[in-house]
Order: sequence, then C-alpha cells, then structure tokens
Amino acid sequence: MKLLNICASRACALIMLVCAATVAHADEIADIGKLLRGGQLDQAMQKVDSYLATKPRDAQGRFLKGLILTEQNKTAEAVTTFTRLTEDYPELPEPYNNLAVLYAGQGQYEKARQSLEMAIRTHPSYATAHENLGDVYAKLASQAYDKALQLDSNNPAAQSKLAMAKELIGSGNTRARAQASQAAPATQAAVKPLPGSAPATAVAAAPAAKPSAAAAAAPAAAPKAVNEEAEIIAAVNNWAAAWAKQDVKAYLAIYAKDFKVPGGKSRSSWEADRKQRIEAPKKIQVKVESPSVSVEGGSASVKFRQYYKSNIVTASSSKTLVMSKSGGNWQIVDEKSGN
Amino acid sequence: MKGLRSYCCTVLWLGAVLASSSGFAQGVKSSTEEVENALAGIFKAIETSKFDEALIRTEALIAARPNYRLAHLIKGDLLMAHARPVRSMGAAPNAPVDRVKDLREEAVARLRAYRERPPKDQIPRYLLQLRPDQKHAVVVDTKKSRLYVYENVNGQPRFVADYYMSHGKLGIDKLREGDQKTPIGVYHVTAALPKEKLADRYGDAAFPINYPNDWDRRLGRGGSGIWLHGTGSETFSRAPRSSDGCVTLTNADLNILRPMIQVGLTPVIISDNIEWLSLDHWNTERESLKQAIEQWRRDWEGLNTETYLAHYARNFEGDGMNLRQWSERKRQVNAGKSWVKLSLANISMFRYPGKDDLVVVTFDQDYKSSNLSGAMKKRMYWTKEGGRWKIVDEGAA
Repeated sequence: MKLLNICASRACALIMLVCAATVAHADEIADIGKLLRGGQLDQAMQKVDSYLATKPRDAQGRFLKGLILTEQNKTAEAVTTFTRLTEDYPELPEPYNNLAVLYAGQGQYEKARQSLEMAIRTHPSYATAHENLGDVYAKLASQAYDKALQLDSNNPAAQSKLAMAKELIGSGNTRARAQASQAAPATQAAVKPLPGSAPATAVAAAPAAKPSAAAAAAPAAAPKAVNEEAEIIAAVNNWAAAWAKQDVKAYLAIYAKDFKVPGGKSRSSWEADRKQRIEAPKKIQVKVESPSVSVEGGSASVKFRQYYKSNIVTASSSKTLVMSKSGGNWQIVDEKSGN
Repeated sequence: MKGLRSYCCTVLWLGAVLASSSGFAQGVKSSTEEVENALAGIFKAIETSKFDEALIRTEALIAARPNYRLAHLIKGDLLMAHARPVRSMGAAPNAPVDRVKDLREEAVARLRAYRERPPKDQIPRYLLQLRPDQKHAVVVDTKKSRLYVYENVNGQPRFVADYYMSHGKLGIDKLREGDQKTPIGVYHVTAALPKEKLADRYGDAAFPINYPNDWDRRLGRGGSGIWLHGTGSETFSRAPRSSDGCVTLTNADLNILRPMIQVGLTPVIISDNIEWLSLDHWNTERESLKQAIEQWRRDWEGLNTETYLAHYARNFEGDGMNLRQWSERKRQVNAGKSWVKLSLANISMFRYPGKDDLVVVTFDQDYKSSNLSGAMKKRMYWTKEGGRWKIVDEGAA
C-alpha cells in the first residue's frame, strides 16, 4: 500500500489511493508512487503514462499523474488532470481537494473554496477538506480585510503569511513522507489476504499483536482495558460491516445522538449525504487495519487505517473515531479522516 | 459560525427593527439609501443566521460599490466565521484598531439612521424662515452623522432627503486653525469649486461655507477653509469622524445635492444634535420673532427713538459700537429727521443650534428718510433678554 500526498497550506492534505484490482496493477501503481516520492519525476511520469495507455480511465493512475505534474510545477496541466478527474468521478473528494490546493497556490481562493465545498459535498466528513476550507476562508477573509482596512500587499503580516504557506508545503511533504515510510511495512504485511466479506476477523487479530498505548501505560487496569478495547474494536468492526453491507440504518445507528456532525451541518442533512454516498456504489468493501485504541475516562479514540473499495474507487486513509459508551454500546461521537 | 449570531446585536444594538421599511424619501435613490438598505439586509440575514445570504448580499454591495471598506470588512467577517469564531465586527488578525473602530462607527451611524428616520411631522427648529429665493436648506447633525436637505415650500421647510456625512476627527466646536473640529452654527455656501480645481481628496466638488462668520469672530473663533465636499477616490465612504473639520458626503450623494445648492444663498446649519419642532411650535416661535422684528421696524419708522433703542440688548455690538455708543449715535441721527420710510424684504431667520436663544436674521433693507436714503442687505443676531427678543448684533450682510 502506498501513500501519496499533496499538501495544502497548513493542513497537509494526504491523499491516498490504492489499487487493489489486481496485484499487477497494484505493483505498477506502487512503483510509480515510489518513484514520485523518491523525486524521480521523469521516470514516474513515463511509467504512469504507459500505465494509462492501457487503462486510460483509471482513477488512481490519473490521480498519480496529477501529483507528478504538481511536483513538476506544471500547475496548469495538473489543474487539467484533476479537473477531468472531478468530471469523470464527481463522487471522489480528493481530486477536488487537490484542485483547491493548486488554486490556492495560485491565489485563486474563490475557486479553491468552490472546489473544497464540492469535496465536502461528496464526502461530508472529509477532514482534510474541512481544514483546507478553513484556511481558504481565512485567506479570503484576509483579502477582504485588506480592502477594508487598507492593508495592501506591502503589509508585512500579509507578506509573511504568503511566504509561510510556501514553506509549509515543503515541510508538510517531508513529514508526510516520513509517515508513509513508517506505515509501509505494517500495512504491506496486513494487506495480503483480503476477503472483502470478512473484514471483522482480519481486524480482531490485530490488537493482540499490538497492545495499545493505554494498556501499556496502566498495567493495573490492563485486564479491563483489554476487555474494553475488544468491545470498542467490535463496535468499529460493526460499523465497517454495516457500511460494507450498505446497511445505512445499521451504519447510522452506530453514530451517537451527540455526534459532532462535520462542517456545521445539521444531523439530518449529514445523514442524507451519508445515505446517498453509501447507497450510490454497486458494491463496497470496507476494511479496518491496525486499529490502536486509547481509552480515557468514558471516551475512547480508535485510530486505524481505513481501506475502502467500491466499483468506482479504491482508497486508503487514516481514520480516527472518537467513541463513548451509551446504553451499553460504544457509539461514535466524532469522526476524523485524512492524515 | 460561532459568535456571528451575536454579531449584530452586541456590536450594533439592532433588534427586529431592521425588518421595518426604511422610509427614505421618494426620488433619485441616494447612495446613502442604497447602501443602508443593503446593510440592513445583510445584518438582518446575519441576525437570522442566514450567513450564506448575508455573504451574497455583501458581495452584491461590493459589486455596486467596489471600494466600500465597510462592506469588505463585513465580507471578511463572514468568511472568517468559517475558519474561526467571530465575536465582534472586524475580526481581522492584527487589524489596526483605529481603522476597525472607524468602520464600526460608520456601521452604527448608518444603521441607526436607517432605523431612526427623521420625524415626518416635525422640522429642524433652526429653519424659522427661508427667503423666497432660497430653494433649499442644509441641516447637519454631527452626532447622527447625517445631513438633511429641506426644500422651501412657500416659506415652510419640507423634507427632501438625508445623507450619511462625516465631520472633524476631533469633533465639534471649532475654535482655531488646525484643531480638526467642525464648527457649530449657521452658515451659507460661499462658492462652488468643480472637481478640476480640486485635489483628489475633496472628491467631485466642494462648497466652501462662511466660517468664521461674524458671530464666530465676535467669540474669537478662528481657522478657515470649512467646506462641504465629496470623497477622495481611495474610498467610497469615510468614517463618521474623519475630516479636518469639513463636512463630507459620498461623491454619489454630493452629486445629487449639487444642483440644489445656490452659491451665496443656501444655508448650511451645522448642529451636533438637531432639535425638532412640530409645525405648531415652529409657527409660534417664528411668529414671536417676526413680530419683534416688525415692532423694531415700526419704532424706527415712527422715530420713537427710545422704544426703538429698547430693542437692543445690553451686550449689543454693531458697526464697532457698544450699546451706549450706538444709542448716542441713533439719538443724534434721528433728531435731524422729519420722516423715515423703512421696508424689509426677503427676510430669513435661522436659529442657532444650542441652548442659547440666538437667531440670525437677514433681509434687504430699503431705507428712505427726509435727508438720506439707501438700500442694503442687513444681518442681525437676535437673542432673548428678560424673555423678550432683542438685537445683540447688527451689521451689513
């Protein structure tokens, strides 16, 4: 499994797409990703072009091409690549997000805002887009404030802000790459057998091999913690299973009444969005990998790698579910995805 | 969007009042009316948590008035609310405090004026009598940042329009050159300067007024160059207190006002807080002074010198004379006459803003006597002494 990323101003926008259609394709995509991360942009481009020659509509390949073009500073071409992706796969939030980052880099904050809003419309809990949108709004606001308060571009605050954004893109990249290389061995090991029908069993084994930080820190409480941890992981697996079965009712039932609905939406409109997004694909597989649980008070935080595959797209991202116990069941109170 | 909910209420003290219609006058839509209708719509949307609508309305206002700073500030706040809570107007990080304060004050002034329309059945106390040829009068309320225009309809003022205006950075009661204050008093327009003759900061036109007038000089007030003018190209609208003492309007509004101004005639009365009178009270005040003036005319015409002199106040000053010197001279002159004919025409009477009873009266005086005749424009200041109208200053206009 490979991680590829493009970074936005402050929040590093980690975009991960993984090909699991066939091992051969996965390998090709993985190789291209490796070349890209290694800065071998020309080779990466050659490879992605020959890959796309056989699979011209392939979302992952095209997405990678967009990233390579971005790294090559071919912004206009990158914009075109991501724009076409949004046209062909309007349900994918990531191309919208990357488009937004490119627009923001060009100072086209209004366009960036529109793209991010599209990303969030397709995926209401897409944390990266929310974070980026916050930054873009702040940028748009500062442009308006400049006009209101006559702070022109010579204003030192405004200038350093822009310079900082450029620098953060660089450091964000390095950070993300470091994360990617750390994550690589673990995920590769776990990736092998993936029966889409039984993600729960695959996950259940994981915590035993990897004791949680909370358990290690508090040995006296360990038995209870392990017990709780198993309960929590079971709840996460139920959630993933309901999603995979496209059982919207069961899926939504795992979200607590006081669930923090992303983007300041109402619960009902968020539910409608989720329903639409869950029911849209013909087939969905969801897998939870390497969950790590930390329990504090009555609240638990589960961090894991989410592996998602539908007839439209295959994606892997890191996810954190904050859960609390209500009526004997662990329920989701907050959901964050992205890096 | 945390915080924005209380945005209007806490910063601008606006309630459901914005729902009511504005009641602007009919006719050419002023930029004041356009902008204040738009602002009211924006704040109403914010009050009712329709933030997207508020942003659309703000952007429409900016499209119409691209260099309207207050609209940009509100836009900034509406956008910033997506990134972090906005608790008060002007949430820009590192914003210059004084500039944000200026824009807040403008918002407050404009929305208050939008809400509190000039009373329909009342008129400013100052406009006691317009001359027949004075087509309009301008009355300024510095506290409200408002300039009101009245039309002369057979001597009775009728409301035409009101505009947002700005005055001196350091407020009112101008005393000396460079004090950045706006004078309070009764003035008139003395000239019209076209844009071509002006620096950019004066905007589309300028109308100097006669500060310091005779009364200012008598009180030792100095300085000069108090104008009514437009706005420089760098901004659409200025803060309520932003001039060096001048009264300024947006160019759009100044251009509407412009054809109503008559050089040498149009009165400009600057108050810090207009006193309004019902037509009945206004009539009573006006008649009592008219009678006093008429009595003065008759006493002079009848050569009743002592009753004539009783019209003059103890602290009278005129033609460089005090009351004693004036009385001696009048007694001397009148003694040599067998008859006097005196007629007054084109009388104007403008009350001074403030608690003192002081009225500037001007008229065309046609004087004929057994040994001397002459016509002149006269200017008098009348005041109340012991409950009776008396002349405290008299001279050529």
